[in-house]
Amino acid sequence: MTEQKEQQTNCFHCGLPVPAGLDIEVIIDNTPQPMCCRGCEAVAKAIVDGGMENYYRYRTEKSKTAQELVPDVLRQAEVYDRDEVQKSFVRHNDENLREASLILEGIDCAACVWLNEQHIRAQPGVHEAQVNYSTHRARIVWDEREIKLSDILKSVSEIGYIAHPYDPSQHHQLLEKQRKDYLKRLGLAGALGMQVMMFAIAMYTGDWWGMEPQYRTFLQWISLLLTLPVFLYSGWPFYRAAWRDLRHKRAGMDVPISLGIVIAFCGSLFTMIGSGDHVYFDSVVMFIFFLLTARYLELVARKKASEHTEALIQSQATTAIREQAGNQTEVVAAQELEPGDIVQVKPGETIPSDGEVIEGGSSVDESLLSGESHPCAKQVRDKVIGGSINIESPLRIRVTSSGQETVLSTILRLVERAQSEKPAIARLADRVASRFVIAILLLATAVASYWYFNDPSQWLSVTISVLVVTCPCALSLATPAAITAATGALIRDGLLCSRGHALESLSKISHFVFDKTGTLTDGNLGISQSLCLTDAMDEASCLLYAASLESRSEHPVARAFLSAAGDDLLAAEDISSTPGGGISGRVNGRQVHLGNTVYIRQETGLGLTPEQQNRLEDGTRVVLSDDTRLLAVFVLQDAIRGEADSLVNSLKQAGVKTLLYSGDDETAVSIVAHRLHITDYKAAMLPADKLQQLRELQKQGATVAMLGDGVNDAPVLAGADVSIAMGEGARYAAAAADMVLFRNNLNILYRGITVARKMMRVIKQNLGWALAYNITALPLAAMGIIQPWMAALGMSASSLIVVANAMRLTK
Amino acid sequence: MEIIYFLIPMALVLVAGIVAGLFWAVKSGQFDDLEGPAHQIIMDEEIYPEDSDKETKQD
Repeated sequence: MTEQKEQQTNCFHCGLPVPAGLDIEVIIDNTPQPMCCRGCEAVAKAIVDGGMENYYRYRTEKSKTAQELVPDVLRQAEVYDRDEVQKSFVRHNDENLREASLILEGIDCAACVWLNEQHIRAQPGVHEAQVNYSTHRARIVWDEREIKLSDILKSVSEIGYIAHPYDPSQHHQLLEKQRKDYLKRLGLAGALGMQVMMFAIAMYTGDWWGMEPQYRTFLQWISLLLTLPVFLYSGWPFYRAAWRDLRHKRAGMDVPISLGIVIAFCGSLFTMIGSGDHVYFDSVVMFIFFLLTARYLELVARKKASEHTEALIQSQATTAIREQAGNQTEVVAAQELEPGDIVQVKPGETIPSDGEVIEGGSSVDESLLSGESHPCAKQVRDKVIGGSINIESPLRIRVTSSGQETVLSTILRLVERAQSEKPAIARLADRVASRFVIAILLLATAVASYWYFNDPSQWLSVTISVLVVTCPCALSLATPAAITAATGALIRDGLLCSRGHALESLSKISHFVFDKTGTLTDGNLGISQSLCLTDAMDEASCLLYAASLESRSEHPVARAFLSAAGDDLLAAEDISSTPGGGISGRVNGRQVHLGNTVYIRQETGLGLTPEQQNRLEDGTRVVLSDDTRLLAVFVLQDAIRGEADSLVNSLKQAGVKTLLYSGDDETAVSIVAHRLHITDYKAAMLPADKLQQLRELQKQGATVAMLGDGVNDAPVLAGADVSIAMGEGARYAAAAADMVLFRNNLNILYRGITVARKMMRVIKQNLGWALAYNITALPLAAMGIIQPWMAALGMSASSLIVVANAMRLTK
Repeated sequence: MEIIYFLIPMALVLVAGIVAGLFWAVKSGQFDDLEGPAHQIIMDEEIYPEDSDKETKQD
């Protein structure tokens, strides 16, 4: 324990370094463990006092730092206790028992699931709590007389997670229903199919070695009996889709599939009743089973994508600040808003509902909703869209449509987008396959009529062979199988692809642009040095003035001051801020300014002397002054993430150029760039500049990936070929990005690129193989060389090869 | 070989049972979470605030 004092200690709970001089410990498993802040201490204590130390034994990821938790949503948790709000997501099991679904944020490993379950169950009045590991959703049942929903939400935050209610959309429920439906059809086809195959083997050997006719007939009838439910029930989705295609005069994949199945089944039925010749029931079930498997896997991948998107959207602030009579405000859920209500929207917040600006001027980001990537300026009387984000200054808005509609439509729009998009290569495969289908149908007709007139005994078997062997399912499976495997592997690692083209674009990137704050660094500015420049005040009161001035700001700099100064702040008024400069206002009746050196010079004409500058460390310098003299200088520093270095290196080795565009000032950016050996960096960039730079790179033929986390990055993210958001950053940015990095480890990005490149290779191999197979097998089938059973075997084998090749990606 | 007239229908009954079981499993939510239980099994034990065995293993 003694040498710990010499070297840097890390917080046992969250893994961050413990600030020097801080000595907080919590006894875990009888060993005192260091903690980095009071927040982590409280969380660790809550876990230990609840008897859940097991969590620390089994967890595989460090926990989230406690102070980042408790967002506004939770402070306003009482909103969720109201009946009007609960209407949308709470079920009443009986008079007092209520049931709801919650989304849990911060779950990284199985120990988290366990911890949450145990902790929620331990609350008095909670009857049931179950956490689903794959979806991060919790189902809870509680007794309204004993505990309120808000208390449950708060109890979850005690152990360091965030829970918020979740209202499963119809879309999601539909997908889940569909998945279960497919599972049944698939199970039936599998179970019965195995039997049919077994009898088929008996009959094939019978063909070879001879078999008494009565057994043969018996086996055929049994096969028919077993095939019938598969044919009718399991095959139904194909017939339905084929019928839909036909009605719309399209040639989809399902048309030859259905035709092949129906012809093979009916043909077998007729030959069985008539001549008692060969039957193809085994081909029918095998065909249906393999195709259903492919469809099922695709559905599961889609459902997973939609779950993540929905979770992101639902976690967005769905509360609003509504004005009441007499200068009062109240916090309400966005769904509660009615036309005519007046709401206040702070910078950085989502506009809760469609409305009209009645006071203030700001720019609003609507890229998510309209696709317009530039922020739009909004003045009084301008219309704003619910779900867009307010960037600069506070707005007062009169609501024009009910919140319920707005929130739902936003969710739906996002989910739809995530699912409707297919990567270019998949679209190509679809187009090729569709033409292929028409060609197959024409060819099958030609082959059938040729054989019918030349050798009537053979026509059925040849036609079935042609239809089955040429079924372009390997072709149509080639891309989705690879994408599903790659996406699945990456989701497991903590990188979510929320748009179809993401992986394909990622495989081609030539430039990788970082946004410094919160991406390469861990995003928490801290005051590393403070220097008092006047005798009239001491350091602590300078800090207090600075924090009071920043008390209403959401900027990272403000957070650094606020967390250092504590809760007892002075009253501040007449605050005006200059983005990228600083902030001025009256604190305790005294006019003070806080900002970078340029800003202070503009406001007061004062500057630091060279001697003073020499005494300062590297970092972002923030100066506090009143109208006549400088009061103090603070140096803020942001620690570089541990993995940032190795990520930049591996990117360079992979032939990807790394760039750093930041809104921070020159010194801060150059320090980071220098330490990470990024030669190409630009500082003090506004979002519009970043976008401009990005466009220029793209004009020179670069494919650009961008990693960002801030609200103001959203338009830039939208402009990049593939955009990646930090899952911990502003939720809005996450919703707008193509990919979201959920785990706090940058190296996953490099893995993402490797997997994406490998995926493209696999897709090309798959497409090549599928095409080659179809082209070789077709003439053989048309000539009658291939028997239907060989065709079914060949078709399945080619599909399986494609899938197996794709599965290599999951390793 | 007449035995197959008995054995195969028996097999059919078994298959029917399997399918019925599968439908029941799907309906009752056995397939809702396919990953969680695999992880949870290692932590299924109840909470023992004074668990002396664990402490010795810690070293």
